[in-house]
Amino acid sequence: MEETQSKFTQKSQKRKFEQFGRTISFICIAFIVLVVLSILYFVISKGLSTFTTDGVSVIDFLFGNTWRPGEVGENGAPLVGALPMILGSFYVTLLSAVLATPFAIAAAIYMIEISPKNGKKILQPVIELLVGIPSVVYGFIGLTVIVPFIRNIFGGTGFGILSATMVLFVMILPTVTSMAVDALNAVPRHYREASLAMGGTRWQTIYKVVLRAATPGLLTAVVFGMARAFGEALAVQMVIGNAALVPTDLITPASTLTSILTMSMGNTVMGTLENNVLWSLATILLVMALFFNILTRWIGKKGAMKK
Amino acid sequence: MSKISIKDMNLWYGDFQALHGVSLEIPQNEITAFIGPSGCGKSTLIKSLNRMNDLVEGCRIEGDILLDGKDIYKSNTNVNTLRKDVGMVFQQPNPFPMSIYNNIAYGPRTHGVKDKKELDEIVEKSLRDAAIWDEVKDDLNKNALSISGGQQQRICIARALAVQPEVLLMDEPTSALDPISTAKIEELVTELKEKYTIVMVTHNMQQASRVSDHTAFFFNGYIIESGDTRKMFTNPKKKQTEDYISGRFG
Repeated sequence: MEETQSKFTQKSQKRKFEQFGRTISFICIAFIVLVVLSILYFVISKGLSTFTTDGVSVIDFLFGNTWRPGEVGENGAPLVGALPMILGSFYVTLLSAVLATPFAIAAAIYMIEISPKNGKKILQPVIELLVGIPSVVYGFIGLTVIVPFIRNIFGGTGFGILSATMVLFVMILPTVTSMAVDALNAVPRHYREASLAMGGTRWQTIYKVVLRAATPGLLTAVVFGMARAFGEALAVQMVIGNAALVPTDLITPASTLTSILTMSMGNTVMGTLENNVLWSLATILLVMALFFNILTRWIGKKGAMKK
Repeated sequence: MSKISIKDMNLWYGDFQALHGVSLEIPQNEITAFIGPSGCGKSTLIKSLNRMNDLVEGCRIEGDILLDGKDIYKSNTNVNTLRKDVGMVFQQPNPFPMSIYNNIAYGPRTHGVKDKKELDEIVEKSLRDAAIWDEVKDDLNKNALSISGGQQQRICIARALAVQPEVLLMDEPTSALDPISTAKIEELVTELKEKYTIVMVTHNMQQASRVSDHTAFFFNGYIIESGDTRKMFTNPKKKQTEDYISGRFG
């Protein structure tokens, strides 16, 4: 009796082992969370010091359209308006997403609905390859092919939002496509069967049933592409021209948050206003990344509720 | 009078022959049940009647299937029209992830009905015919996936009826449902035979004997016996049929 009791009250070997495993995974997770939180803290505290230490007003920073860190304007306030970069980032992101979405969805439809065999044999490897190409290569190609091409057609320097959009379009296309493929793949077979069995044609079935059922997944794919475009630095910096001016058209040099960051970060001294405003730009990037993340989750939840 | 005649039909999936020399007459405005153990070819045959087997890679058919005397496997057959005339209800309730209204209106819209009033009428009539109008008439904009499985299956029947088919194929329509929903569907099917010719695959022999007028017993890709349901269940001609319906195997 006593023996049985102690057997049940004492921790068994298996239980100890389980606890050990649990502790290890908890430590790993805690470490990752700690790293993320410290990065967040570092970036945000640095980014905020523009406003707290250097006394720049948030409005001036977000909506000011003159970016000349180190100089002061007529009223004595530093000229650190980030609007040109913010607009530049949004322009290239939205334009490249608008351009890439139809191509990505069409490619996904081809791979899943029209010719799964060719899709798997030819398109899939091509897409995987495109994902693996380093961004500096995309930028280099953009610089040697797209920029002169735009220059020949529209005149000017060839650098600008249009060139950046083209480069980003190619860069995000594989991401969006492979996620769109997953979205179409997840549409249950019986939806297609039900539509076909009612005399719907293949196109009607794709258009009215498959794409509809896959809409949340397709939206998530587009948002992921946008997140990638928004955060891309090197390739964009190589072709956009990096003039911190509010963009008025698509073919004059402009800049994005990331391109200004990569251009300037080596040329400033820690703790100065010039350095701090770069951290403020980084904070905007961080907030946007968070926003994209929340957006995909929200879409996923909405889609799940519908099902 | 036969609505569908199947004459000496063979069917292969790749190298595997799934149906051997099948011949069967399916009479108009009556219920024909296909029974038999799993893998005996009954679902294969029902899917051949609206050419859903076309979607299966490597599927090859010999012999004739005549609908109103016309060969449906002729090269000039319009498959979309055929499937409009020969509707189908699946084993798992499979409404689209949209509102009840849009589910029912899907078929008519696909076939070119645009007028809102006409669609309203079709939706109401189909739901009434499928005996579910009273349960869902206030929730037509509700997502069809939010209602119970039994209701979903009747929505699927209504959806199939909405394109005004002549034949209704039902591939084990109650196997995923509870007994009460099953009873409702069976009752509905008996009412529907006044307007439609019904072919029903079932695993459930009691169901076949309760509902159907004619029965075909399948085994290993052959039709062993077919004929009047009552006769077959009380006095089977073949030993295998007797063994199966008395529950000795299957």
